[in-house]
Amino acid sequence: MSGHPSTYEPKYAASKWLDQRLPIVRMGADFMTFPSPRNLNYWYTFGGILALCLVVQIISGVILAMHYVADVDGAFASVQRIRRDVPFGWLLQSMHAVGASMFFLAVYMHMFRGLYYGSYKAPREVLWIIGCLIYLVMMATAFLGYTLPWGQMSFWGATVITGFFGAVPVVGEALQQWLLGGYAVDNATLTRFFALHYLLPFVIAALVGLHVWALHHVGQNNPIGITEKTKSDTLSFHPFYTVKDAFAIAVFLFIFAFFLFYLPDALGHADNYIEADAMKTPAHIVPEWYFLPFYAILRAVPSKLFGILLMLGAIVVLFVLPWLDTHKVRSMRFRPVARWFFLIFIVMCFILGWCGAGVPDDIAIPLGKDAGITFYRLGQAATLYYFAYFLVILPVLGLIEKPVKRPDSITKAVLGDQKRGAGLLPAE
Amino acid sequence: MAFKTLKTLMLGGVIATASVAGIAYAAGGGPVGDYKMKYVDWSFNGAFGQYDRAAMQRGYQVYREVCAACHGLKYVAFRHLGDEDGPYYLDDFPNPNDNPYVKNFAADWTIEDIDSETGDTIDRSGIPADYFPPIFPNDAAARASNGGALPPDLSSMVKARTGGADYVYNLLIAYDVPKPDEVELTPGLYWNPVMEGGKIAMPPQLSEGLVDYEPTEIIDHGESKMVDAPEATVEQMAYDVTQFLAWTADPKLEQRKSIGIMTLVYLLILSALLFASYKRVWRNVEH
Repeated sequence: MSGHPSTYEPKYAASKWLDQRLPIVRMGADFMTFPSPRNLNYWYTFGGILALCLVVQIISGVILAMHYVADVDGAFASVQRIRRDVPFGWLLQSMHAVGASMFFLAVYMHMFRGLYYGSYKAPREVLWIIGCLIYLVMMATAFLGYTLPWGQMSFWGATVITGFFGAVPVVGEALQQWLLGGYAVDNATLTRFFALHYLLPFVIAALVGLHVWALHHVGQNNPIGITEKTKSDTLSFHPFYTVKDAFAIAVFLFIFAFFLFYLPDALGHADNYIEADAMKTPAHIVPEWYFLPFYAILRAVPSKLFGILLMLGAIVVLFVLPWLDTHKVRSMRFRPVARWFFLIFIVMCFILGWCGAGVPDDIAIPLGKDAGITFYRLGQAATLYYFAYFLVILPVLGLIEKPVKRPDSITKAVLGDQKRGAGLLPAE
Repeated sequence: MAFKTLKTLMLGGVIATASVAGIAYAAGGGPVGDYKMKYVDWSFNGAFGQYDRAAMQRGYQVYREVCAACHGLKYVAFRHLGDEDGPYYLDDFPNPNDNPYVKNFAADWTIEDIDSETGDTIDRSGIPADYFPPIFPNDAAARASNGGALPPDLSSMVKARTGGADYVYNLLIAYDVPKPDEVELTPGLYWNPVMEGGKIAMPPQLSEGLVDYEPTEIIDHGESKMVDAPEATVEQMAYDVTQFLAWTADPKLEQRKSIGIMTLVYLLILSALLFASYKRVWRNVEH
């Protein structure tokens, strides 16, 4: 795959024969011995966790599809049947629903990790962009999937989101009808959403393949952001990172299982246990928690079209981030100013999520009697910071920020100057 | 170092999940005015929670004699009553279709069917495989009989409201809270501070002694046991029917929780073993 020399030696005649024709075993062996920076911390375990999430969603989803009925008259009842009568259907259905939340939890950790350690900088721009694409397709898949149980939030969420397309000038209405297959969310919408919800995970799987390929071509970034120089800077992927990833996965699965078995509905909305009713609008239509920050950005301006452009912009800006952050130092460990702005950025993302869940005119932060900052104003401030972080703060810091002294290499960062040479080689 | 990073990881996970859950919960509503929700320590709460069999059985009686005048239960079949987690499970009848309670309850109901000989519409008595029949022939008929309001299906009611079982219980007992003077009610609406907006189309249903409770037979650790009938107070009937509706909304709760505890213990041991493996594999590597 990458530049590292292959160490695979076929032992048997059959494996030699195969290796000359399709070196697939060699590819797997080289994958397992891939030299990884020796200083990767737990934030680097989310890649493996995400691969597991995708597998869990695909397997549970394929089995659910065997029992699901994609029809407006039967969809809600079929989910009830899955939860009540299909053996362990309750487990599969909860696993798929809670699994979506866990998938997003992990992807946000993974993305924040990349933002902090500068994993998007040269030569990893394409790796980062593929990652952004995966995130975009994930969002589409999650939205389509949330429609399928045909509860009240499913229906009204789909109505609101597809309504955005109607705000596009000139072609908006035609575009919206083309997407829905009619004038409103109905059977044609449900069946196409189901078809696409089944298709997109495999698109994600293909993109993950490209993501991992790009990763192995340029090598992993690491917490100090300094490229590995010598052999002592790296460790073989197996057993060092397989065991570390496995431990992190087990801890992650513990959190997953806790939600799955004890709080299966905590991340969902009660209204989705009511069958979709086109004549009855819920009091508050809110998206799933993982879309709330974007929902707050959408509502930050009074104009519908401008709101949609802002929301799209919030994602597009991630794609061009490698060219917005021009600072030559990757890791924010050595950027004393940027790290504080990054910390505020994370706080702002949470505030955006909070504003997305709130009613815009309600008071978020009370200041005296019947006065205070509304969710609307707070959301505006956080939206402003979100964009300023990418479009102003990072480009300006790229020009003026002085990094602190960095170690010469990963080995020196790990061992310090005095102990050079000690403990360089791994066990066995 | 490893413990430090482990701590960071745990902390990060806890903060993230807590914020996510917090945001999700923040979206919910609450009672109107100064009504204080009465939170019941439900037997099915907690890691080892189980339904109260005797209460569920009395709750079924309340549903059948009171709620079923208007509310359907369309996703529940009679055979579900005799399932292993259900209110009338008997060890001698692992197949709920043979359960005598289930057969009797099914026979209490009239089911509309098609005569396979003549093709005519007929009424027959229910069998365990039947689902609870609709109370009204259609939504329009339901509205016409209820002053324009549609009585919702109760199959998943406990899950379909923020607050769950506590919501349903409080809604049923909060009718005696006096209406504030400034609230105007149009005919056909009643004051209930637990209902969103405080106005509900359902008249007060439960009154002292409305239902004649009889002793119930439950299976306790494999032994048949009789439970004395309690006083049929409003609180008792609300409690019982909430137990029953909690079960109809989440019939696999007991299975879910017992598998859950085993899964968590398994993952805890697995995590410990993997952490030990990690420490051993990395023992000579400074990082």
